[in-house]
Amino acid sequence: MSRFRQTLTEVVRASWLYVLVLMTMLFLVLPTLIVIPMSLSDARYLSFPPKSFSIEPFFSYFASLEWRTATKVSLITATLTMLLATTLGTAAAYSLHVTQSRFSGVLRGLMMAPMIVPTIFIAIGLFFVYARFDLNNTIPGLVLAHTLLALPYVVINVSAGLRSYDMTQEQAACILGASRLRAFFDVTLPQIRFSVIAAAMFAFAISLDEAVISLFISGGDSSTLTKRMFSSLRSEIDPLIAVVATLMTLLSIIMLCISIMAQRKAKRNAV
Amino acid sequence: MNRTEPGARNARELLKAERRNRWYLFGSGLPALLLVLLTFVLPIGWLFWLSLFDANGQLTVENYTRLLEPIYVLTFVQTFKISIIVTVACVLIGYPYAYFMIKGPRWLANLAMGLLLVSLWTSLLVRTYAWLIILQRRGMANDLLMSLGLTDVPLSLVHNLTGTVVGMVHIMLPFMILPLFASMKSIDPIYNQAAAAFGASPSRAFRDVFLPLSLPGLAAGATLVFVITLGFYVTPALLGGGKVQMISMRIESDVSMYANWGAASSLGVVLLVATLLMLFIVKKSAGLGRRSE
Repeated sequence: MSRFRQTLTEVVRASWLYVLVLMTMLFLVLPTLIVIPMSLSDARYLSFPPKSFSIEPFFSYFASLEWRTATKVSLITATLTMLLATTLGTAAAYSLHVTQSRFSGVLRGLMMAPMIVPTIFIAIGLFFVYARFDLNNTIPGLVLAHTLLALPYVVINVSAGLRSYDMTQEQAACILGASRLRAFFDVTLPQIRFSVIAAAMFAFAISLDEAVISLFISGGDSSTLTKRMFSSLRSEIDPLIAVVATLMTLLSIIMLCISIMAQRKAKRNAV
Repeated sequence: MNRTEPGARNARELLKAERRNRWYLFGSGLPALLLVLLTFVLPIGWLFWLSLFDANGQLTVENYTRLLEPIYVLTFVQTFKISIIVTVACVLIGYPYAYFMIKGPRWLANLAMGLLLVSLWTSLLVRTYAWLIILQRRGMANDLLMSLGLTDVPLSLVHNLTGTVVGMVHIMLPFMILPLFASMKSIDPIYNQAAAAFGASPSRAFRDVFLPLSLPGLAAGATLVFVITLGFYVTPALLGGGKVQMISMRIESDVSMYANWGAASSLGVVLLVATLLMLFIVKKSAGLGRRSE
């Protein structure tokens, strides 16, 4: 009997866990889910569920010069950030992996620091410094700032890839007469490529999503999507935001899938 | 005629190669270092410097003593209050979730991880916007509460503390769950089996074996959530609707409304110091805990 009671309490406890977890799952995914039907609603008011559906908002989005410009700025910035952050981050991760000098300790600490320093503090500092270099309201200014934020994620991903890679292969290539650079590009890089791809996805997503720094250092024709969205959400909500949100969500899900596939492949290569 | 020994020549060549190597590795880290110096060390250092001067360029501690005025003290109190509420909520919701991802049925656990990642990768602004819609006066949340009979009139769930906390918990949950999940995953199930073999009930085994072993992950996640929330800007600014004042928002208004760089910088410095102090304390206490074992 006591045995039975014990099993019963276990079942009750387990079902509580199920209920709690299912509710949390719904809580987590609900905001992502409602965005798409929202964008297809032609109502001028933000209601959910929408009363009627139409693809009209998508046409208005593509017709709006403001949103189109902002989309272009964001996509260009994210692409350039991805290229710069992945290049610098991979090189730095390689350097950190091979040497253990005092220099590498300082480098690692400095590159990781932006993860814990409040972004608003970095943002006003950049705004102040950029004013002296004429970098405010420019795409290069945005790219440099976003690269700073993306670097730690690139370094973490690439370092993980390097840890599961056997460095003696590169040494073998060097002994056989390849230069260090050649050995890296021909032997090491192909084997850590999936970690590098995952890192690149992170960098792209971080740049596309960055709002705080963009709020300060971008403006006018170089306003990013996030800046436009933030301003609009703060004052009068533009119904087109739902369209922007949908497009951004679809893009992030594609990037998430690429990064998951890349990380899986990276793990499989390591085994 | 070359009089040096072949051995010495080899050694010199090796040394040269070694030195070349070291430069090479230094060089591959250099671009990243330069970028961090330009976009991080220089701005933060400059703000530190600015925080020591008043509007006329006189050296002063005025920017810091001003932070003791009631309006700033209130902001600090509110910021810490929100961070504590968000952290506690994330612990309470995140712990069972991470536990489920370890012990639950495989497919459901994978789904749980998948949904967590979808949420994490969805743009912060998109999620904040979605919460504005869900929590508004005639939104889904109020519909649900009213149909359940929990309230007769729509509650104000957004543009206040409630909205801020709901949005922040949603955004911070992955930062709680992922470190917790990693630490739970490294707990060998053999410990639980051993406890069971010695007659411990599952709940006893959980309380005395699993829970203590998962504490480092819990501490790591909670610290991360607390520290990020302390300096968060976007979500409180939008979901708080001006009624919630956090340090980050005061920094923003000091710069964009009053162009008072000294005040904004000193606030930023204090925020940064509070963050570092927090990390230091957790690291120290975690270290002590490990030593006493």
